[in-house]
Amino acid sequence: MPLATVRTRVEAAAPDLHGTGSRATRILGAACLVGMATLLMLAFWLTNPDERVDEETNIVTGQFDAVRLLYVHFPVAIVTYTAFLVTAAGCIMVLWKNSTWWDNTAAASAEVGVLFCGLTLVTGSIWGRPIWNTWWEWGDVRLMTTTILFLIFVGYLAYRRTMTDPQIRAKRSAVVGLIGAINIPIVYKSVEWWENRTLHQQSTLAELKVEDLTLFAMIFGMTVFLMIYVWLMVHRFRIGWLEHQAETAGLAVAIAERRAQAPDDIRNAVTDTRSSLPDSGVDT
Amino acid sequence: MTHLGYLIAGWGISLGAIALYAGSLMRRSKVLSARVPVERRRWISTDD
Amino acid sequence: MDPIMREIWAVARKDLLIEARSKVVATQVLPFALVILILFGLALDADRSTLRSFTPGLFWVATLFAGILAIQRSVSVETSSAAFEALRLSGAPGWKLFAGKALAVALQLLAIEAVLGLGVVVLYRASFADPVLVVTAALAATVAIASAGSLYGVLAVGMGVRDTILPMLLLPVLAPVLVAATRAFDDGLGTTAVNGWSWCALLAFFAVIYGTVGALAYAVVIEDA
Repeated sequence: MPLATVRTRVEAAAPDLHGTGSRATRILGAACLVGMATLLMLAFWLTNPDERVDEETNIVTGQFDAVRLLYVHFPVAIVTYTAFLVTAAGCIMVLWKNSTWWDNTAAASAEVGVLFCGLTLVTGSIWGRPIWNTWWEWGDVRLMTTTILFLIFVGYLAYRRTMTDPQIRAKRSAVVGLIGAINIPIVYKSVEWWENRTLHQQSTLAELKVEDLTLFAMIFGMTVFLMIYVWLMVHRFRIGWLEHQAETAGLAVAIAERRAQAPDDIRNAVTDTRSSLPDSGVDT
Repeated sequence: MTHLGYLIAGWGISLGAIALYAGSLMRRSKVLSARVPVERRRWISTDD
Repeated sequence: MDPIMREIWAVARKDLLIEARSKVVATQVLPFALVILILFGLALDADRSTLRSFTPGLFWVATLFAGILAIQRSVSVETSSAAFEALRLSGAPGWKLFAGKALAVALQLLAIEAVLGLGVVVLYRASFADPVLVVTAALAATVAIASAGSLYGVLAVGMGVRDTILPMLLLPVLAPVLVAATRAFDDGLGTTAVNGWSWCALLAFFAVIYGTVGALAYAVVIEDA
């Protein structure tokens, strides 16, 4: 099925034309709520805290209940990177195909991405405090990269707001977005080189007592938050489309009004011209 | 439950921020679709 | 000089002549860079050894801030007289225009860095343990900054709303350059034991990347300047 047809069908699903809701989004939204309720149950009740007992000394170590923060931190991080990739892909498509659809998608994904990137930093920081005894660790590779990513998202959105012409805005912000995107792996490698050991490496998933349910909860969480991302994206995309229409609809109305005015202008101009010519015997 | 404060903060901020953003999207969509004529409200064209 | 370099030098020479006559960078940007060094000294209220160990970072932060101004100046000399149109009409391909503009910015930045180098020796009691490393790293970092800056400068050109966005766009992208240049200087100024030449190689990599991206994208972005 060609991509254009898929898009048309998705975007035209269900005819509610007030607001940006549709039957599809309402179903998706309900699924998100059910999923989130299930995730909360998994995160807070069904899974166990991370406790490891040293056999010799009988001392209990581990993250204890702080591990439950990972069931939100890990999924929002995944959504952040997904949103980033979508924006990057959108920027490429804008420069390659000059596509309005992709420009709208890139902008929508950047806005949702900024939110989730911020949440990644916040939840990571909150998780880090009890575990690593610090709110912030300079030199931690993933933290530095995510911070720069946040700044690049913010810069991209701020830059878009400085332009009003949709074509120029699409092209220029695509250049900005693309260079920002290329920079992310560069930042990652640079910081990794800068600080060989990172706190992130000290506590990987492998170190958790990963029971089946913990892993399942992580993946389930990832799925729920990706569904939320899609829901937010559909609405944000439609809002972007409406904004575009509001801009151009205003212009179209103005042009139509001007055209309606045109015959009067011509008549007046002809009268003025005739009155300024020497009398050639023509009756007005 | 240990670290309960952190848990509430982390989960609360996350779900709260997402809910607020979703609410802001709903509000923007109502305002915008009121401004745009009905026939132009949906992406129905396949021209990019 | 071969024809390619001649065209590039024509663009760079124009900018440098404008600077020679208007002296904007010399009288405004360069003193600003020194002011930053002084402000850091005042704000950190640190003893000499601390300032000395901070020198690489402070040097490069001051260079970046001054660089932003130099780049904005480089762009505004074109927009004030609709000269981007003239550049486009000159028939020179985008990458040559880019190379010329970036070259002019780089030369001005190197002048600023030379003065800043003198400044940190005097104000922060820095010393050059490995001058070759310091100069090489500075050259590579300057090319990277001038390249990325010249491209973003054109993207950020405009009246009013767009003026203030250049730092927000450029500095996150230059963050790895800052990290690498600081580490290279750490070795070159003898403040920390790191392998400065590895970092210098990374800087050269950035210079190539940003130079290439700038050259490719310049023609596209000056279309609507």
